[in-house]
Amino acid sequence: MVESPTATTEAIGPAGPPTTVPVRPAGPTPQLPRRIGGIRRTDILALLGALAGGLTTTGVLWTQLGPFTGLLGYVVVSWVLFVVYYALLTGFDEAGPIVRSRIASLVVHSIGVVLLSAVAFVIGYTVWHGFGAMIHLNFFTQDLRSTGPLDPLTKGGVLHAMVGTLVEVGIALAVAVPLAFLAAVFLHEIPGRFSRFVRTVVEAMTALPDILAGLFIYATLILIFGLDLSGLAAACALAVTILPIIIRATDVVFRLVPGSLKEASYALGASQWRTVLHVLLPTARSGLATAVILGAARAIGETSPVLLTAGATGYLNFDPTQGPMMSLPLLAYTQVQSPQPAEVARGFGAAAALLLLVILLFTIARAIGGRTAGDLSRRQQRRRAAQSMRDANRYQRSHATDAGPANVPSHQKEADR
Amino acid sequence: MSDLVTAPELPATGGVPQRKRDLVANPGAADRVFRSTARGGGLLVLVIMALVGTFLGYRALQALRKDGVHFVTTQDWNPDGGKFGIAAVIVGTILIALVAVAVAVPLSLAAALYISEYAPRGLRRLLISIIDLMAAIPSVVFGLWGAFFLQWRVISLSRWISDWFGWIPIFKVNGVTRHDPLATSTVYTSSTFIAGLVVALMVAPIACSIMREGFSQAPIGEREGAYALGATRWGMIRSVVLPFGRGAVIGGTMLGLGRALGETIAVVMIISPRFVIQPRILENGTSSVSSLIALRYGEASPFGISALMAAGLALFALTLVVNFAAASVVARSRSGAVSEV
Repeated sequence: MVESPTATTEAIGPAGPPTTVPVRPAGPTPQLPRRIGGIRRTDILALLGALAGGLTTTGVLWTQLGPFTGLLGYVVVSWVLFVVYYALLTGFDEAGPIVRSRIASLVVHSIGVVLLSAVAFVIGYTVWHGFGAMIHLNFFTQDLRSTGPLDPLTKGGVLHAMVGTLVEVGIALAVAVPLAFLAAVFLHEIPGRFSRFVRTVVEAMTALPDILAGLFIYATLILIFGLDLSGLAAACALAVTILPIIIRATDVVFRLVPGSLKEASYALGASQWRTVLHVLLPTARSGLATAVILGAARAIGETSPVLLTAGATGYLNFDPTQGPMMSLPLLAYTQVQSPQPAEVARGFGAAAALLLLVILLFTIARAIGGRTAGDLSRRQQRRRAAQSMRDANRYQRSHATDAGPANVPSHQKEADR
Repeated sequence: MSDLVTAPELPATGGVPQRKRDLVANPGAADRVFRSTARGGGLLVLVIMALVGTFLGYRALQALRKDGVHFVTTQDWNPDGGKFGIAAVIVGTILIALVAVAVAVPLSLAAALYISEYAPRGLRRLLISIIDLMAAIPSVVFGLWGAFFLQWRVISLSRWISDWFGWIPIFKVNGVTRHDPLATSTVYTSSTFIAGLVVALMVAPIACSIMREGFSQAPIGEREGAYALGATRWGMIRSVVLPFGRGAVIGGTMLGLGRALGETIAVVMIISPRFVIQPRILENGTSSVSSLIALRYGEASPFGISALMAAGLALFALTLVVNFAAASVVARSRSGAVSEV
């Protein structure tokens, strides 16, 4: 890409015209900066005019002229006319490429808004319908052991499902997270043919449909080894589901750790495991937290593995090894199949509680690990600066006194703390 | 000529052989323990994964051996009667996934462009978070929304499509006459189309976040070059961002397809199972592999379980191919390369 500089100098030749300094014209010139961006009044007027035109033309079509009905059709046709009018209006005073750019911008904006608002609507719909059940306090403090299908919402609740979700997800994370971290450290620290193979297998397993993980646990632990339908079996199925996901997320995070940090550690004479423990893991800490929390959010929301392995019950059960255990997504799934409005409302309540839990976890994940490794927030930067200032003072003091325990190598001390 | 070349004289060091220095570091005992622990962790993960794969394959083989080639061609699902196959369910799965992708790709492409190119800088981080959050929403929530809200709202759209485009075979609906105002609306419920719409909303965030990642890596030098040559914003996007992000677009689409193929609960809550190849996507009744497993595992005999596993394995093979194709497309694209300025 870079042109050799000799070519251009030869083309001009050594004896070019003499260089002159431009003379500034006398007298003060008004320095008005040109506006090169921003929105003009015409743009806004064109947009509003096109919108009004689209809506009203379609309104006339719908109410006076054509055999058209339906809100969806009205919105779609108005939008199409809006785009056409906007193209015409901008076409009056702009050139072709600019008109095309405006149209593209309009289309991209509207589709982006459609997607965002569709999902916001899904969330809002669930929470709105779940609200009817969630405003009763008993929804959070009772289980469904003595609640019949015809009982009102003031009786019975989802305590057993919340406990079940927490127990199952807790066990699944306790199994999957240490194993996933160890495997990710292996993939990152000991490269070679074997680790490439393991990485390929892990990537393949992320494609495993979640219901197959449930079917696997159902066929092995439950049918062959005779375990009950229980929280433990469900936790195993969830662990199998989230293990490859966490490994992959962690592997990506490790790759973002700057190599210079690790090299610095090796250059100071640290061994490999010390480097992993004191450089790799702390640097990637926020990313690791994100990986765990995203795994947890996935495990909480999974329905299909739990459907096959946990069994459904209305009783509060703290023991994962014995008896069926309910969880929130499973409760939502089973309750809404009932024709009774109270049960459907309870199902929506469970789904809303689940959704709020996932949003809460996700917000925590963003707050902890929204940044990449080494990219610090201003507060963290201040804290680091204060820390290294303290260290510098400490070194100065120990050099000044120059006796006793101060002779311990400084990086060793750093590592010990 | 040759006598001019002289051999270098070895320094006379009294017969000490010149051994090459060993450049391999000797890791201490602690490091050896660390390395073997890490290797053990990797091995354990590999064993677990291999166990799942081989066990499913082994049990599935039982059913496959009995059924043979009929497994691919039979449409019915009755393992204990000896007549079962995945022809209907796999076609249903693929149709649902295709509808989902056809709806999700334009949505996610435009949303990704909006976030990476048009959205105000301050809003961008928030929008990225929202898209990632959308990818984490439990599928049962989407299922509830699809079954209780969308199902009944979308009937008029289905009817309109089948009235005007019924001459295209996939939009045909049996059992209703065209423009019949009294026609029953239940033929339009629980269809491939509705399930596909719901799954589309689930996979759009996943595809969108991969596409956005690719678009945002388009090199700043080439963007500014396009602007300097007088391109409008859309001209810049067409000539720099979209060609640069092509790999990400294809990869995101394929990953979305892989996710859509494996989706269970949202599909189960919407469709009404039917075990024939049903290419009319607007009509009631379809089927998918994962919903088959979710509906039939409970009453299945041991042989029925292995038949279900064979079906699941066929689905796994399909998603595996799609995912690896996606990964290789994304890896081969230019994303991550920097331009020389």
